[in-house]
Amino acid sequence: MNVTTNTRAQRMNFWEKLYLPEIAKGLALTFKTMFRPKLTRQYPEERWEPLGSYRGRPVLVLEEDGERCVACGLCSRVCPALAIEVQAAETDRDKERYPSKFEINMLRCIYCGLCEEVCPEEAIVMSKDYDIVFHSQEEAIFGKDKLLVPIARLQERLEFLRQYK
Amino acid sequence: MQDAMSSFVVTLIKGAIALNFALVIAAALVYLERRISAWMQYRIGPNRVGPFGLLQPLADVLKLYTKEDVVPYNANRAFHRLAPLISIAVALSILCVITPASYLLLEDGTKLFIAVAPNVNVGFLLILALTSIGVYGITLAGWSSNNKYSLMGGLRSSAQMISYELAMGLAAVAALMLSGSLDMNQIIASQANGRWNIWFQPLGFVIFLVASFAETNRAPFDLPEAEPELVGGYHTEYSGMKFGLFYLAEYANMFTASAVMTTLYLGGYDLPLVPQLLGVQEGTLPRVLLELATFFGKVSVLLFFFIWVRWTLPRFRYDQLMNLGWRVLLPLGLVNIIITGAIVFFVR
Repeated sequence: MNVTTNTRAQRMNFWEKLYLPEIAKGLALTFKTMFRPKLTRQYPEERWEPLGSYRGRPVLVLEEDGERCVACGLCSRVCPALAIEVQAAETDRDKERYPSKFEINMLRCIYCGLCEEVCPEEAIVMSKDYDIVFHSQEEAIFGKDKLLVPIARLQERLEFLRQYK
Repeated sequence: MQDAMSSFVVTLIKGAIALNFALVIAAALVYLERRISAWMQYRIGPNRVGPFGLLQPLADVLKLYTKEDVVPYNANRAFHRLAPLISIAVALSILCVITPASYLLLEDGTKLFIAVAPNVNVGFLLILALTSIGVYGITLAGWSSNNKYSLMGGLRSSAQMISYELAMGLAAVAALMLSGSLDMNQIIASQANGRWNIWFQPLGFVIFLVASFAETNRAPFDLPEAEPELVGGYHTEYSGMKFGLFYLAEYANMFTASAVMTTLYLGGYDLPLVPQLLGVQEGTLPRVLLELATFFGKVSVLLFFFIWVRWTLPRFRYDQLMNLGWRVLLPLGLVNIIITGAIVFFVR
C-alpha cells in the first residue's frame, strides 16, 4: 500500500499552495538576472587563452638549428588512434637522425597526449591550438610545414611538462 | 454608392497598415524573445546580423523561404496546406476590432476612426469567436500530418483551448458588466481617466491573463508543442515557411492577446491627466499619436510579461493544466461574476 502521509505537497504552506507568490519570486529572480554580467565570450573576436596544462593540437618543437625530433618513432607506436606517421632519415648534425616525413592525421588524433608523454626528446608537445578546421580529408593530414612550431611559442607547455611530468 | 466605395477603400488601407504593422511586431517579438531569454540566462543573444542583431528576423525568414518544403507521404495534403493558413489568418483577423486610438477629426467634420472596423457592437464577442477558430488550425495541423505526436499536440491544444476559453469568457463577463458594452470604443470610454478595470477586477485580470497564456499556447501552457514529449507537437511535420507561419501566428496571437487585455483591463489608449496637461484636444493628430503611444506602451509591457514568464516557469503537466483550468480558474471566475454582479446591482 502506498503511504502518502507527509509528502512534499502536504508540507507546503498556504502561500506556497497559492503559487502566485512563488511565481512572483521566480519572476523577480529572472528579472534580476537580466542585468547581471553576461558569461558569453564573443568567440572570434574574444579568444580564450588556455593555460600550459591545456592539451591542444600536438606540434613539433622547432629550435634555432632545426627540429628537435630524432625520428625514433615512439610517438607513432604509442598513438592509440594510429594518427602519426614518421619516416626517419640521416643528417650531418649531432643528432644524426631527423624525420624526413612527419604526418599527423588530425581526423584521427584524439588529443590524449600519449605522444608527448612518451617522447624522449620532448620534441612533440601539445600546443594551445583548439580551433582546428579543414575543408577536406586531405587537408586534415598535417605535415611538417604545419607541425613545426618555434620553441619560443611553446615555453609555457615545456615549463608545465618540466614541473609535472 | 460613392460613400460605400470610399469607406471600402479606407477600410482596405487601414487593414493593410494593421496587417503589416502586426507582422513587423511579430518579427520584432521573435528577436526580443531571443534577446530577453538570452539575458535571463546570462547570455547575449543574436547580435551579429545588422546593428544589435536587429536584422536577425529577416535572416530567419530568408532561411525559412529557402528551405525545402517537405510534406509527409501519408499526410492529407489539402488540410496540411490549409492548417498554417487558418492559424495565421485567425491571429491577424482579430486585429480588425483592436482600437489603438480613438479618432481623427477631419476638416469636413467627419470622424476617421483609427480601428480597422470601428464601433462593432459585438466587438468583444467577435474576438472570443475568432480565438476559438484559431484552434482549428492547430488541431488540423496535428491531424493532417499523419503523425502520432502531431495528433497528440493537436488534441491537447483543443482540450486546453476549450478549458481555458470558459475561464477567459467568465473573467471577461465580469469586466464587461462594469463597462456595459461589447463595443471596444465603449469599453475604453468607460475606463476613461484612470478608472481602469484592473483596479476593480484584479481577480478577473489574473484569470484572464492566465487564460490568455493558455489560449496563445505560451509557456507554461505550451503543451501542444511540448518538445521533450511530443517532438515538436502539432508542427513537427512542417518545414520551411509553413512552419514559419505557425511561428509567426504564435507571436501575432501574443500581440492580439496583449492588445485585448490592454483594452479590457488597462484602459486601452487612456492615459489619465497627461492629455489635459499637454492641452491636446480630442480628435487632433497629436492626441491620436499620444493615444497610439499609450496603447502600444501598455501592450509592450504585457508582451514583455509574456516573454518574461516563458523563461521563468517550467511547463505544466497535463493533469495540472486541467486541474488549474477546471477546478481553480472556472470557480474563481464564477465567484468573480457573482461578486461583481452583486456590487453592480446594489451600488448603481
